[in-house]
Amino acid sequence: MRRARNTIVAAFVLLMSRRRRRPKPEETRLVPALPSNPGAELAALALLGLSSLSALGFILIYAFGDSLPAETPLLGAAIGLAFLFLAAALVVVGLKLVPQEEIAEAYPPHEHPGEQQVIAELVDESGTRFTRARLFKLGLLGAGGTLGLALLTPAASFGPLFHVGNFLRTPWRRGRRLVDENGLPYKAADIEKNDFYLAFPEGTNDEEKEQMAASLVVIRLPPDQLRLPPHLEGYDANGILAYSRMCTHAGCAITEYRAPLFQPDEPRPALVCPCHYSTFDPTTGGTVTFGPAGRDLPLLPVYVDSSGYLRAKGNFDGPVGPSWWGVRIWKAQP
Amino acid sequence: MRAVLTLALLTVAGLLAAAPARAASGTPKDPLAAYGYHLYGEYCLGCHGGNAAGRYQEPSSATGAGPGREQSQQGGVGASLHGVGALAADFYLRTGYMPLRRIGLQPRRERVFLGDHEIDALVAYVATFGGPPIPTPRPGLGNVSQGQALFAEHCAGCHQVVGQGGYVTGALPPALVEATPRQVAEAVRLGPYVMPKFSRRAISDRQLDSIVRYVEYTKHPDRPGGWGLGYVGPVPEGLVTWFLAIPALLGLCLLLGRRLKA
Repeated sequence: MRRARNTIVAAFVLLMSRRRRRPKPEETRLVPALPSNPGAELAALALLGLSSLSALGFILIYAFGDSLPAETPLLGAAIGLAFLFLAAALVVVGLKLVPQEEIAEAYPPHEHPGEQQVIAELVDESGTRFTRARLFKLGLLGAGGTLGLALLTPAASFGPLFHVGNFLRTPWRRGRRLVDENGLPYKAADIEKNDFYLAFPEGTNDEEKEQMAASLVVIRLPPDQLRLPPHLEGYDANGILAYSRMCTHAGCAITEYRAPLFQPDEPRPALVCPCHYSTFDPTTGGTVTFGPAGRDLPLLPVYVDSSGYLRAKGNFDGPVGPSWWGVRIWKAQP
Repeated sequence: MRAVLTLALLTVAGLLAAAPARAASGTPKDPLAAYGYHLYGEYCLGCHGGNAAGRYQEPSSATGAGPGREQSQQGGVGASLHGVGALAADFYLRTGYMPLRRIGLQPRRERVFLGDHEIDALVAYVATFGGPPIPTPRPGLGNVSQGQALFAEHCAGCHQVVGQGGYVTGALPPALVEATPRQVAEAVRLGPYVMPKFSRRAISDRQLDSIVRYVEYTKHPDRPGGWGLGYVGPVPEGLVTWFLAIPALLGLCLLLGRRLKA
């Protein structure tokens, strides 16, 4: 105990005595000493001290702050303050303590005033060896233009312009049953009004369900409300409609179904994509009523078989998934 | 005894009061429902019509309907309450969705001015027209993590993933902070306003318990960052960074660069 005390006292005395140094003898200087700025020095030191305290606070909160209700924000505040004080100290140093002096030295006068003109003329006259300057410009233009075209060429991969048929290929065939995500087939009686159901083609595994653009959103509307256009006549099974679940804008899943409880006063039924609020009217065959989608939602024709199961009658009425120019100009073949 | 007497008196009073508007089915026998019948005449009859059969107007030349339309252009005044059951009545009355401020508006959560007993009576009366009962969710049996997955799949598209509410075209999905477990279960089975309903095939009762439990959890979600910012995700957090931190940094840069101006 005593030894420890002695050590501390000795260390203190040593530190204190080290501080005081004998003043150096005055030397001759090249530049006169700048006036000191003790206030700014003190402020910078105080800011540095605050910065250290904040950093120390961060360490302490990190080590012992587990039970604090707002540990993360406190950690952020501590480290943020540490950086802030450090930055402020450096600002004070930069503005108040670093000597700031701008000395402009005048250029010497030109020694050979005539030479510049000669050099300019020399450069101008010796610059060209072209005899067919215009043809060269044409060549340059050609190279630049072709290169620009080459850079634009990958745009062709945005999608086929004419051979869209591949994108119509889906696993939906006549007679294929509609099943839920667990593979259980849907009966027509399962589809209730105002509810909406996710459906897949029967006999696909989970991975295929993810990849194939074959998922459906199945709804039931009162048959007298349907206003399907002539080419979609008979696509519904007594009011049951099976639309593609992929939005025709950017291919998000359509996960919102606007199902008014009281038709006369409330917004009409709609299938809505939550990504950009593309809104499709299911009563008119999936026409776009709002949002950025550029074409109708594809509809899958369905029927109810003799045992009450929902089955596809064929393929969708149009290409499934997001749109591009080729799909936009695609028209259903009658 | 006194309560019974009062009730009987009220029933008689209700009978007398509602007598002119009485429709075919007449007063229910159950005293609670009979009291509800009286209250119905007082508060609901104007829109939902006699015998709760709904009131409809001839649709005007303007086709369709919507919240933006004038009342005179609305095709309907109040829905028929036949077959909606205790489920819908309990939900709409206890959330304050009904009575509606103006026909055509989206019903929203309002102060409930009817007492518990009055609501019970009205629910009992509406239930006499048939329909689903009030669901009894048991969030204790649910699983928060499963509930979150189900909520993300079925509900978050409109209500936002921590139930803060959001936007759909044509309506405003409400925040779920004030929704009681029973109201959440009722909304799922009923589909109020333009919300779809979810049958037991889409969401089983057990899954509903989990969803309700998760909604309970979202009322006090963890806030590791200290500032929830509406729990709307990383986009607003980034915006806050842009709008607060970057001007501060720019100001600092200007301050530092001041010496160069001299």
